[in-house]
Amino acid sequence: MQTQNLPTEELQNIVGADNVREATAEDAVEGVEPSLVVEPGTIEETSEVMKLAGREGLAVSPRGGGTKMGLGNPPTRVDLILSTSRMNEIIEHVPGDQIVRTQAGLKMEDLQESLAESDQLLGIDPQEEGGTVGGLVAANSSGPRRLRYGTVRDLIIGIKVVLADGTVAKAGGKVVKNVAGYDLSKLFTGSLGTLGVIAEANFRLHPIRETARTVFVEVDEPDQIPEVAQALTHSSASQFVLDALEMRWEDDRGVIAALFEGIEPAVEAQSSAAVELLRSHGEAKLLGKEDGDEFWDDFTRRPWAKGDVALKIGAPPADLSAVLDSVRGAAERAGVEARLSGHAGIGVTFAGLSGEDDGLVAVVEEVREIRVRRGGSVVVQEAPLSVKERLEVWGPVGDYLGLTRRVKEKFDPGYNMNPGRFLGGI
Amino acid sequence: MDRGQLIETMQEILGPEGVIHKREELRTYECDGLMNYRVIPDLVVLPESAEQVQQVVRACYDEGVPFVARGSGTGLSGGALPVESGVLIVLTRLRRILEVDIPNGRVVVEPGVINVWVSQEVAGEGYYYAPDPASQVVSSIGGNLAENSGGVHCLKYGFTTNHVMGAEVVLPDGSVVHIGGGKSPDAPGYELLGAFVGSEGTLGIATKITLRILRQPEAVRTLLAAFEDTEEAGGAVSGIIGGGILPAAIEMMDSLTIQAVEKQVSPGFPEAGAILIVELDGPEAEVAKQFDQVIQVCENNNASEIRVAEDDEERALFWKGRKAAFGAMGSISNDYYVQDGVVPRTELGATLKKIAELSEEYGLRVANVFHAGDGNLHPLVLYDNDVPGEADKAEELAGEIVFACLEHGGSLTGEHGIGRDKMKYMPQMFTSDDMDVMQLLRCAFDPHRICNPGKIFPTPRLCGERPGPFHMHPVQKAGLAENF
Repeated sequence: MQTQNLPTEELQNIVGADNVREATAEDAVEGVEPSLVVEPGTIEETSEVMKLAGREGLAVSPRGGGTKMGLGNPPTRVDLILSTSRMNEIIEHVPGDQIVRTQAGLKMEDLQESLAESDQLLGIDPQEEGGTVGGLVAANSSGPRRLRYGTVRDLIIGIKVVLADGTVAKAGGKVVKNVAGYDLSKLFTGSLGTLGVIAEANFRLHPIRETARTVFVEVDEPDQIPEVAQALTHSSASQFVLDALEMRWEDDRGVIAALFEGIEPAVEAQSSAAVELLRSHGEAKLLGKEDGDEFWDDFTRRPWAKGDVALKIGAPPADLSAVLDSVRGAAERAGVEARLSGHAGIGVTFAGLSGEDDGLVAVVEEVREIRVRRGGSVVVQEAPLSVKERLEVWGPVGDYLGLTRRVKEKFDPGYNMNPGRFLGGI
Repeated sequence: MDRGQLIETMQEILGPEGVIHKREELRTYECDGLMNYRVIPDLVVLPESAEQVQQVVRACYDEGVPFVARGSGTGLSGGALPVESGVLIVLTRLRRILEVDIPNGRVVVEPGVINVWVSQEVAGEGYYYAPDPASQVVSSIGGNLAENSGGVHCLKYGFTTNHVMGAEVVLPDGSVVHIGGGKSPDAPGYELLGAFVGSEGTLGIATKITLRILRQPEAVRTLLAAFEDTEEAGGAVSGIIGGGILPAAIEMMDSLTIQAVEKQVSPGFPEAGAILIVELDGPEAEVAKQFDQVIQVCENNNASEIRVAEDDEERALFWKGRKAAFGAMGSISNDYYVQDGVVPRTELGATLKKIAELSEEYGLRVANVFHAGDGNLHPLVLYDNDVPGEADKAEELAGEIVFACLEHGGSLTGEHGIGRDKMKYMPQMFTSDDMDVMQLLRCAFDPHRICNPGKIFPTPRLCGERPGPFHMHPVQKAGLAENF
């Protein structure tokens, strides 16, 4: 890449010579190669870098662990990768207040490990490894336990950001209950680096629960999955408090599994009642804490491999049956292999598709047509570039696209932050 | 457009009975739940449908007339205070529950629907709507959304923002957008709904709201524990939370509050320096075991008395005493000022000590009633309006109390909002850059600043674009402010 026109020396003056390097092919964002990778060590340095980039009109792509760089459209341009990896500290953890303040570049594993020393956790459990706190917020990552704890928007209580022009601003604070000012923490959740650089984030924490039970049922018919999900969610016989309710369907067989976490007598009672309830749906198996951990490690892996098309489908939970049918039907007609998993209690379904490009595109379009008509969404989370070229990865956006664009233009009028990756070409 | 033409336009949209314009009738609407601030609006309109709201807003936009939306008008920060030469859009006639969808756990309502109606609507199916502000029998869902209302049970279940899943919003230019997925999770794009909830009516008007409902818990157990002082009660709170228990609610009242409540509603509370009400809910087996632990913690912290609610009636009596606390102050003081501040839970003790010192310094009594589990204090500053200067002193003391909250790492408000009342304190919590960046959002939603202007931000920034007729801000006219 051409770097002679870039203010390399000025960047080195800000962050130190060792923390600016030429980008390599590995730094490419969906095929677009940046020129430089810059690693500021502080929020002040980040601000200076952004000021400089703003002045020079450089396109900046913020990066944490780099686990979600495939999300979104290929950017229209990238000059700098702004890596948060040196800003990786816990700023403050107060176990008695059940809150933590962290820098954006902190790895989620390191955060959870540190919190665990106080028997606490951040209740967000995305499946990918190596992600950072900033990336978690920017990509709005979530996992099975969102059924219990919610998603980033429910647990983030404060944020500090650096805008495209270097302005540093915070919102929220370090108390859970707080309605002072606009909630920019939520606005930046899922913004994929297009509004500014997330430099710090504060979260509400929860205690780690004492023990767990897992109940799962294997099924031969896809329709049994929604039946089990509805039974556990709305049973009048027994009120279940589930931590996760997940499903998988692949190779013509399916599994649906429920996780109960809490204190021993409660998980014991709840899981036994669940086994009883599910008897009519198939053979329900019960796992203890350790066997359960092993089960979930395997069970929650995404249903796709590198090179597949990965979809995230948002639909009302009671529409699960229709979602499974539409993906399977479309895949069969297009000669595409489809594997499914998802948060059955929430209404999020993941599909992994492998086959020829024409078939893959046909499946996405067919499934999307139905879901969007019903108020949901189908987002292409990963796909080969040859497929991305033929699809709008975010799908059609509702009547809020104009408002979305106005928000973008207020925060980043020059379209320098991750240009083109977000929906509507933002 | 003069006032007469505006009245005519509104009457065309709403019919004559939907427009209030006589001076004496307008006076009814001059304030919300915070009566220190009064402004008589130019007009009050009472739309009956989302379409009418849209037409009213469109007319305001076209004419550059500012407007304020109001639900039941129970807010405590002046958030729904009218603006002079502006229109007050009262949404109490939009009060239909549009849809109940049990399989998806959703209810769709109009903004004027009263909070408690939602739970009543779905109680028969074994469901309820979790956010329960003390005002829930009168406050509207639209108002709850604007303020991001809390309630006694938000420690465990979260605030309004955690239970609003989608909204149809009339933007300040009269256009309509649907934000949040409603029944479908994870709508792509910015979290516009999360930014909209709690924006105190400054970004638009929600005309249709999708709420999440929850299963009624299998078991609920409630106890009341009396302590010698708030410090010992605070020790019990720390012990409960530190033990890994997440109660549905932990509320504390100090001795002054207890006296007032006894006088007003006689719940039969014990005489004590402090009372805790602790409620656990969830699966039977969990509640049973943790309830025993809570009793143990209270005993370890020298509780002088522990009463366990034996039935729903006794539980209701505990809560009646708690929820009457604000109003009960009238029985021990002519006037009182309700404050709302937040501190980290571990700073409660130090903050209460500071409040006691301030109370002594100002020579005014302060009653403390608060959501102890989440550090949300409601100090009630008692004063007598007939004593010259005392009202000002009370307000000053109330201000000192929120500054103390900030000093201990907390917030200006936990649930009542900034509104008109706390604008002046915002610079104590946020830098001018913080507030300018927040107002970028405002400019994206409401570039002409006609939607509930003069709230939240003490120094409103101007937005760059100026299409259409609208009044230039005097500060801008004088060349004193930048375009933003």
